[in-house]
Amino acid sequence: MPTPADATSTPGPTGAFVIDVEGLDGLVACLRALGYEVKGPTLRDGAIVPGPLSSCGDLPKGVHDLQSPGHYSILSDDDDELFGWAAGPGSWKQEFFPPSQVLWRGEVVDDTVVFRAPERPAAPLAVLGVRPCDAAALAILDRVLKDGSHRDPRYFDRRDSNFIAVVECASPADTCFCASMHSGPGIDEGFDLALTELNDEQGHRFVVRTGSSRGADVLSSVPTRPANESDLVARSLILEEASRMMKRSLPYDEVASLLARNVEHPRWDDVARRCLSCANCTMVCPTCFCSDVHDTSEISGALERRRTWSSCFDLEHSYLHGGAVRASSPSRYRQWMTHKLSTWWDQFDSSGCVGCGRCIVWCPVGIDITEEVAAIAASDAAHPSASALRSAP
Amino acid sequence: MRELVASHPFTAGMSEGTLELIAGCSTNEVFAPGQLLCAEGASADTFYLLRRGRVSIDVHAPGRGAVVIETVGPGDVVGWSWLVPPYRWTFDARATDPVGCIAVDGACLRAKALADPSLGFALLSRVSVTLLARLQATRMRLLDLYGDQSER
Amino acid sequence: MTPSLHRVTERIRETADVTTLLLEPLEGPLMSYRCGQFNMLSALAVGEVAISLSGAPDEGRLRHSIRDVGAVSHALCRSRVGDLVGVRGPFGSDWHVARESDGAATDSRDTVVVAGGIGLAPLRGAVEELVKASQRGAGRVFVLVGAREPSQIVFNDDLESWARRGAKVSLTVDRATSTWDGRVGLVTSLLGDAGFDPLNTRALLCGPEIMMRFTARALVDLGVDPGGILVSLERNMQCGVGWCGHCQLGPLLLCRDGPVVPYAGLVAELLTQRER
Repeated sequence: MPTPADATSTPGPTGAFVIDVEGLDGLVACLRALGYEVKGPTLRDGAIVPGPLSSCGDLPKGVHDLQSPGHYSILSDDDDELFGWAAGPGSWKQEFFPPSQVLWRGEVVDDTVVFRAPERPAAPLAVLGVRPCDAAALAILDRVLKDGSHRDPRYFDRRDSNFIAVVECASPADTCFCASMHSGPGIDEGFDLALTELNDEQGHRFVVRTGSSRGADVLSSVPTRPANESDLVARSLILEEASRMMKRSLPYDEVASLLARNVEHPRWDDVARRCLSCANCTMVCPTCFCSDVHDTSEISGALERRRTWSSCFDLEHSYLHGGAVRASSPSRYRQWMTHKLSTWWDQFDSSGCVGCGRCIVWCPVGIDITEEVAAIAASDAAHPSASALRSAP
Repeated sequence: MRELVASHPFTAGMSEGTLELIAGCSTNEVFAPGQLLCAEGASADTFYLLRRGRVSIDVHAPGRGAVVIETVGPGDVVGWSWLVPPYRWTFDARATDPVGCIAVDGACLRAKALADPSLGFALLSRVSVTLLARLQATRMRLLDLYGDQSER
Repeated sequence: MTPSLHRVTERIRETADVTTLLLEPLEGPLMSYRCGQFNMLSALAVGEVAISLSGAPDEGRLRHSIRDVGAVSHALCRSRVGDLVGVRGPFGSDWHVARESDGAATDSRDTVVVAGGIGLAPLRGAVEELVKASQRGAGRVFVLVGAREPSQIVFNDDLESWARRGAKVSLTVDRATSTWDGRVGLVTSLLGDAGFDPLNTRALLCGPEIMMRFTARALVDLGVDPGGILVSLERNMQCGVGWCGHCQLGPLLLCRDGPVVPYAGLVAELLTQRER
């Protein structure tokens, strides 16, 4: 293990190193000293959710999760693992794209209106403990909120200055399917630092890889040693085992066209009989981005435009000419699933799904998106003819 | 099948040979409430002689859902587009009750009518009677007779 | 997302529920736009709504014809000359009508413009450009307008002006009044004897979606190449820039890929799918 006497080799932009738990604390301290607001996964109210990190003591040590369709529970054990869990209900989307956000404020002054941009957060954000699926989700949101010439300034204000330290997954949940979505359990880009927790006979340590010069700078503030053969093999084994453990999957290369040619499949009615349109799935999904825009005013003349999260499961979401375009439950479930897995490709040139499985876990009736896709694939209508009679909703 | 076909008003007065021909192109069908008999835009190769239950002719519009244009019932015929190019349904036809009907292969009849003009005439003359009645009724509906007459 | 402040310089009551506002910016030059695009108009403190630009691009002012159907459109329709309106835009796709300044080769095809009700508003600027081009030697222009009743026909002065300058303008209503001596029937009934050459025609359609769906099909049945038909589609819009997710129609984000889209292929398929 590294000791204070070890010379700290200057990490270059590539290469793998090893730090111990004190080193992890050191990273947090360094980030705070640099002026970042540091956040990470914390245990609160029986779930692992984003929270402030003042040190590694705030991380969920010895905490493990049990997740299945419609079920989430936490087990506390007395082991030392800091990241022995998969993903909690809150993703890091809410830090960059808050559930409610002021777009502008205005004041009527004489015969005109003076607009003011809302206050910006005081400090840039650093996150220690982003899962690879959530890092992939942020990359997806980058494409959505950039959209050519319309770049969301609030989102990128937060995103351009962020520091992302990903922690790869050793303990996927039963509901995880990131491996089939090419977004986990390991990760090779889209981070400042990527850590893998190792806890074996050689000690409790982290393999660290740098993904940016910013990451390299922060890493150079703590004692490190180069990762050796056995560290790297241990990391590989963990990632392989994590992939193997995943019981669910989606046919990544086929699902977009599968759904595009099954717009009238009877499975939509079937799932709609179970779906409550509660919108939980869209709330916990790390890539859902639908929002409503509202203007309000006060008697004083102060104006405000605010954006809030909304969901395609809301009846008002598709309101047009006095009614909802997607009034029926099957049409709304179809919209969500075909957007996430199929039309997202047409709109943003990527999948909308990272395989985090949150929609399966947090659905009150346990609807499983991978099961729905499999059911449609099983009776795939390669030729959707209108003469295929379909029950009305 | 022949008895069923013969008992529907559409075939009233048809010759025995024509009845046999139509019966040979027909099957007995049932539809559950909500099922579509015809879908807008689909190719129109079948038409339906309704025996039991009601059917709504509707059209879908975003924000308004499926708007019912007309309802038809036992004794009526659903589907005329099988007889007129481009042989494509203009509207949706949706069962509102459990529907029992005779499904007739219009594509087959079309081909036979080309070969046998008297068959063609028998079909067209019956179709025109109902079409004319519907057109007259539709024109009357456009008068908005129950609306505010003061604007006229 | 901050609107650019504009002042209402003129207000025209077109029909009982349609008002046209002419807007000029408080500061800076007038935005440049193409016919078919839309702006997000803010009735300050009430909200924002997507409204097509209905003027020709060289008019010198922004022209928006607004139908009073909700809180925001109602507030806009009640604006007076001198009031402030917020404008963000222009957004979306256009009718691909070439302007003289484009320097493009003259398009000799007939152009059939079919408008249902307020659908004439997003087409108005394009028709103006087409009539001018036709006077310069480009293809013929046919303007077919359908409305529920005579009192709901918009832009009567423009219709007369276009007819005077060589366009063939045909009107029809679903229901006549005792003083109406024009045609009565669905707008598709105007297609048959309009006089355009179906084999050398492009079409621009705007109106209720059912009307566009049926008109497009009728045009194709007459022999018009589906590749030459454009329709202007509408869905709930709240941002105009592809962020809010409301304006989706299948793979399309109508604020970005529309509102004007080619009918052939994907859109023809999408329009037949219920609740899409």
